[in-house]
Amino acid sequence: MTSRSLETRKGTRVRVLEAGPQHGRPVIFLHGLTGLHDDRDRRFLDLLAERYHVLAPELPGYGESTGEELLEDMLDFSLHGWDVLAALGLTRSQPALVGHSLGGMIAAEMACLAPELVGKLVLVSALGLWLDEQPIPDVFSFLPFEFGDYLFHDPERGAAVLTGVDFEETEALQSFLVANARRLGTAGKMLFPIPDRRTSKRLYRLTTDTLVVWGESDRLTPPAYARRWAELLPCATAVHLAGAGHMVPYEQPEALAREVAGFLG
Amino acid sequence: MKFTWFNLMPWPYLPDDFRERHRSVWVDIPNTLYDPVKGHALYHQYMDQLEYAESVGFDGIGVNEHHQNAYGLMPSPNLIAAGLARRTSRAAICVIGNSIALYNPPIRVAEEFAMLDVLSGGRLIAGFPVGTAMDTNFCYGQIPALTRDKYREAHDLIVRAWAAEEPFAFDGKYNQLRWVNCWPKPIQRPHPPIYIPGGGSIETWDFCLDHDYNYSYLSFQGYKAAKALMDGFWERVAARGKDESPYRTAFAQILAVAETDAEAERLYAEHVLYFYNRCLRVYPGFADPPGYRTVATIKRGVVATMRRENLKLFQNVTWRDLIEGGMVIAGGPETVRQRMEELIKSLRVGHVLCLLHNGNQPDEKTRYSTRLFAEKVMPRLRDLWPEWRDDDRWWIHPLEQRVRPEETVGGRR
Repeated sequence: MTSRSLETRKGTRVRVLEAGPQHGRPVIFLHGLTGLHDDRDRRFLDLLAERYHVLAPELPGYGESTGEELLEDMLDFSLHGWDVLAALGLTRSQPALVGHSLGGMIAAEMACLAPELVGKLVLVSALGLWLDEQPIPDVFSFLPFEFGDYLFHDPERGAAVLTGVDFEETEALQSFLVANARRLGTAGKMLFPIPDRRTSKRLYRLTTDTLVVWGESDRLTPPAYARRWAELLPCATAVHLAGAGHMVPYEQPEALAREVAGFLG
Repeated sequence: MKFTWFNLMPWPYLPDDFRERHRSVWVDIPNTLYDPVKGHALYHQYMDQLEYAESVGFDGIGVNEHHQNAYGLMPSPNLIAAGLARRTSRAAICVIGNSIALYNPPIRVAEEFAMLDVLSGGRLIAGFPVGTAMDTNFCYGQIPALTRDKYREAHDLIVRAWAAEEPFAFDGKYNQLRWVNCWPKPIQRPHPPIYIPGGGSIETWDFCLDHDYNYSYLSFQGYKAAKALMDGFWERVAARGKDESPYRTAFAQILAVAETDAEAERLYAEHVLYFYNRCLRVYPGFADPPGYRTVATIKRGVVATMRRENLKLFQNVTWRDLIEGGMVIAGGPETVRQRMEELIKSLRVGHVLCLLHNGNQPDEKTRYSTRLFAEKVMPRLRDLWPEWRDDDRWWIHPLEQRVRPEETVGGRR
């Protein structure tokens, strides 16, 4: 897997991970609200790269990507997604969009803006909808040690993927807090205080074939959200995976890669 | 020196096991703990105390804004200030303040503050806080990373609305108004004194110095802990080439005065400890959402509260901790005078916001403490800044011929 940096026309600087056959079908992976954990766990991307040309852009505000101050609302972030594809020269190549969590929300919004430019769409534990009877926990009030509890089927493994550090060490906790403030500060522009920017009003436009994948023990966005996406999307099928919470790509990479490959063909 | 008597208006009926049973005094505290019948008597008691403070000689009386909490019962300080404007005639009415990023459109604040200035005869001090994260983000839903940008726009709009003599259009990022035309407009021109309550960011200091606003440092950590931060402010003042008038700043201090130090502990310790141990119990997750503070500020901050074990083992603070740490200034008049002089000179402040009602302190103790401070401490601190005696740039400029409460129908108490 290689890493490079590109600049969008708006002026954001984006790190992009790339793997797989250059002339393979382009699959764009949009990471979730905790970021692209490629330094600790990139098994899912490696599996996809066996068949597809995988590109994983990192959102500004996350890791090495910068320029988040230029992006303020849902439309800015959706257009940013298309700006990244334009910079990669992939706008006209019918890429598949695979979006996880926050990335699923952005992928759905991108597809609503330009449904004819998206080959296929995969939404994994996607944020973006709100059900009064299943309120999503307030991630912005989580203390660092709570993320693992809510996001993972196995919280202990979760803590390792998310931070890889021991919060007993003050310096490690400090650097986690700084990075977390940048990441979730950016995500908050789309998710705070209720993670719903009225995407549901636009989903009628989304005639793209869509696969909805959910972890059975997702405590952040419970499986009722998978049913809601499937109801609202004109052409969707939903799949539930055992042994996974919200962080499906890191918890069940093989099963997820299998489902995605089966769907993309 | 100017002294403003401040009442946070805490809820005094939190149960003894509050800490064990509830994670936070703010945001998600069940409102079954609030009793509106008791609340009725309490608002009147608190407002009476503010009026009493004027009668014993305080220069100002102060109120502020908080939401969904038992720490301070004024979601709308302007309502309290309106009542005070009717029943007082001399003191500055210090509303510190209105969280201007919360109002849509913020013209509402321009209008209500103008109403208060007119009603009080030009006695309003207008505070513009960003607001705590609990209030601004968790209770009022503002996006953390955009709050400060929205705040700055609201400020620009309000100040321009007060100054303008012709209607204007405002095409902002957060507010689009075709017609801005502030009716009424404030008595004090171009605007009432503006106070900016802040923490330690250099951006806030520059904002105050750019506009010559008062920088009010509100902290319950006390004057000793505030020294480093205030030194930073004064270094910035010097670097910007501004004069060093102590009236550029205000500092809030918890105070309790008795005849002797021992009597102060006996009378006030339980109430001050109620404040620290119950009213300040804020769930750390509500205090600092990602994006609310700048990265530089987080790097300076303390992270210990973010650990799992510290939530369980949170130690109750003691009276001795509070006195020795300088968080609380309490004692007989001479002790309090000495400490206050140390505070005023070491921080170089011209205004003190005096917190003389604390936690669940009963009315009679509050009046006792207030009267002793006014009679035996305040007079001896008045002239600590003789060279700045005539500097009234951060103080009210009321009408000479004000309507007095005793002159109005039904105004006799």
